Amino acid sequence: MMNNFNKILKNKPLIVLIATSAAIAFLNTRFLSWSNILTVLRQTSINAIIATGMTFAILIGGIDLSVGSVLGLCGAIAATMVSSGTNVVLAVLTALVLGTAIGYLNGTLITTGGLQPFIATLGTVTLLRGAILVFTQGRPISTGNTPSSEYFSEIGTGFLGPIPIPVYIMILVFIVAYYILNHTRIGRYIYATGSNEEATMYSGIKTARVKRFVYAISGMMAALAGILLTARLGSAQPTSGAGYELDAIAAVVLGGTSMAGGIGTIGGTAIGALIIGVLNNALNLMKVSSYYQDVAKGIVILIAVLLDRKQKSSR
Amino acid sequence: MKKIVVSMQHINKDFSGVKVLKDVSFNIYKGSVMALVGENGAGKSTLMKILTGVYLKTQGEIFLDNESVNFSDTGASQSKGIAIIHQELNLVKDLSIGENIFLGREPVSTGKRIMWNKLHEDAGYWLDKLGLKEDPRELVKNISVGKQQLVEIAKALSIDAKVIIMDEPTGALTPAETDKLFHVISDLKKSGKSIVYISHRLHEIFEICDDVTVLRDGELIGEEEITNLDEDKIIEMMVGRKLSEQYPRIETEQGEEILKVENLSNQFVKDISFSLKKGETLGVAGLMGSERTELMRSIYGIYPAKGSVYLNGEKIKVNSPLDSLRHGIAYVTEDRKANGIITGMNVRENITLSSLELFKGPLGFVSKGKEETSSIEYIEKMSIKTSGTKQMLKFLSGGNQQKVSIAKSLMTNPKILILDEPTRGVDVGAKKEIYDLINKFKSEGMSIIMVSSDIPEVLGISDRIMVMHEGRVSGFLGRDEATQESIMTLAVGKDVI
Repeated sequence: MMNNFNKILKNKPLIVLIATSAAIAFLNTRFLSWSNILTVLRQTSINAIIATGMTFAILIGGIDLSVGSVLGLCGAIAATMVSSGTNVVLAVLTALVLGTAIGYLNGTLITTGGLQPFIATLGTVTLLRGAILVFTQGRPISTGNTPSSEYFSEIGTGFLGPIPIPVYIMILVFIVAYYILNHTRIGRYIYATGSNEEATMYSGIKTARVKRFVYAISGMMAALAGILLTARLGSAQPTSGAGYELDAIAAVVLGGTSMAGGIGTIGGTAIGALIIGVLNNALNLMKVSSYYQDVAKGIVILIAVLLDRKQKSSR
Repeated sequence: MKKIVVSMQHINKDFSGVKVLKDVSFNIYKGSVMALVGENGAGKSTLMKILTGVYLKTQGEIFLDNESVNFSDTGASQSKGIAIIHQELNLVKDLSIGENIFLGREPVSTGKRIMWNKLHEDAGYWLDKLGLKEDPRELVKNISVGKQQLVEIAKALSIDAKVIIMDEPTGALTPAETDKLFHVISDLKKSGKSIVYISHRLHEIFEICDDVTVLRDGELIGEEEITNLDEDKIIEMMVGRKLSEQYPRIETEQGEEILKVENLSNQFVKDISFSLKKGETLGVAGLMGSERTELMRSIYGIYPAKGSVYLNGEKIKVNSPLDSLRHGIAYVTEDRKANGIITGMNVRENITLSSLELFKGPLGFVSKGKEETSSIEYIEKMSIKTSGTKQMLKFLSGGNQQKVSIAKSLMTNPKILILDEPTRGVDVGAKKEIYDLINKFKSEGMSIIMVSSDIPEVLGISDRIMVMHEGRVSGFLGRDEATQESIMTLAVGKDVI
């Protein structure tokens, strides 16, 4: 019992989450209402899913800047297919496969091409944003009014019992990611590659393969987020997803994952994404102007990360 | 009459209780070249690092021009005119030659602006002195290693160094560049500079040095004028110790040939051929730059190489460590921290890293239970001292980290185990335990290749010894004919030259 309590005390991201939530609840009573909590969870789900993929990329000591564009492109593809009456399952699978393939391509640029992850994904994020504009002609693509589009919009807006469907999807993503990282060989290789790539390679592990897998996962997660976002809004915007990589990276870092790779957990990322979700929600509830929202968010992120850094260096 | 410039007297140095220098005295004479020789680990570098202020001495005194000095950092030694040129040159590759020479000492105008023209003119002056025909504005990365060496010397001259220490300066030079360097050294001598010349290449020492100081195991063996010495005498001074430690080599029945390497060549090694029998321990000796590690890594699939490798008479192709491990050839690296272990992971995760597929649980997940059982088994078998399987590797001692690294390889169940410097940086007790393990593997029928710079260790453990010199095999020695002298003779490439 005491032990568990100590564990919580050591978990700085969790403390930041609880403290922020408590402070907000004190300032605004609506914050803790059931409907608002569900709103926070639903709003968090998109970033949380991207951040899960980003956790993989950062754990191997890399980064994936392309997620925002992958989200936008895969969302636009799904919207186009659904609006033309294509089967929902097929549309969703296509978007997921496309996202995974783009991620795999990122991985190949980094491994076979020998590019820095930052540079490779900086290239793809720009390239793909252009591709979205070409594909959409710069106009939003509505998911339309076909029978498929109704099913499709359920993914983003529907409920299963009292809980929104995106929240289930987010939780499922967390669980699968947790199992991959903690209970499979590839998960172990991801941590090993991030900690000491050379030693991992010397141990007989194809680290290039590990990296391609990781970027493919990150692409797939971005595509999934794109599907959820498009389904929720009923249309794919040509600019959708732009800048999302920053919130995802923030969630991962807030969750205690080291940018140098090798250290970090999915649980941490979940908490990190929730911190950002709670902040966004609270600043809206309190009617803070959107200009100040970013300032406030940035300050909280810096404080949280500084606290974490202090704790780590004092060991 | 020789005039002493630097005199280091009765220097002692401990590293956390381990004596690495014992009562060493060392002189540098004006206008002359002093060679500093000894085996790897004899204490040459430590002694020079003490002189230049990188390390603090534990005991002893240093006199510069009869004045007692004690440098706390390299800046202090430089300002008194002592410069060191490291084996791996300390130049900023993306800056120009001139900028490198005056790095941190750029001539500035009253407005604190760097006077680029003056800087490059001054740099040109020093380059001319050394006969280096390069534009001082050329980037250092665009000139050869030999010329970079001269830039380092120009830098030393520009700070008005009286003493220039050169650590293995010819390691990366072509014969022509070496000649050039020797000309420069003799010019420096004539102008009254003193040089300390550290090298394994004995013929170079006879070419340019005036005196020789020999260190062995952190002790001074002697200082002699070069005219009183010959190569054999120096070698004898370098290695002439008794086998002080006990090497528990055991005789085992050797089986048939298991591994045969034929004409292996790549950018590191040339025409390497050798074979290994079942149950045999092949020691691989050589000095720094003999490319022993590179050979082992080429066999293990890290570096591509031409040539053939046969396992049990069958030709095999190894393109990666994974291929190698699948053929039953495991490699324990010489550089634990860089590529042997993962310090941020725990003992269990390190030991099982190469063989995770052995621990399948339900749904293809890794069975941590099986992993745990197996890790504990290896921890006990190899007496790894750890608080448990969850202990992070960074908290283990060097010897225990080494055992974890070996355990990781063993778990892949190899037929051939390559151990690269298995006892480097481990204490005496752990050394003995590692030797015992090697013998145990041997008696279980495993074949072992052991690369080591510790010659007594090679003599004590090996059934047969392969000596390398600059990427080639310079000879094989049977157990009966191998002595420290015969190994060292082959290692310095005496007959090859």
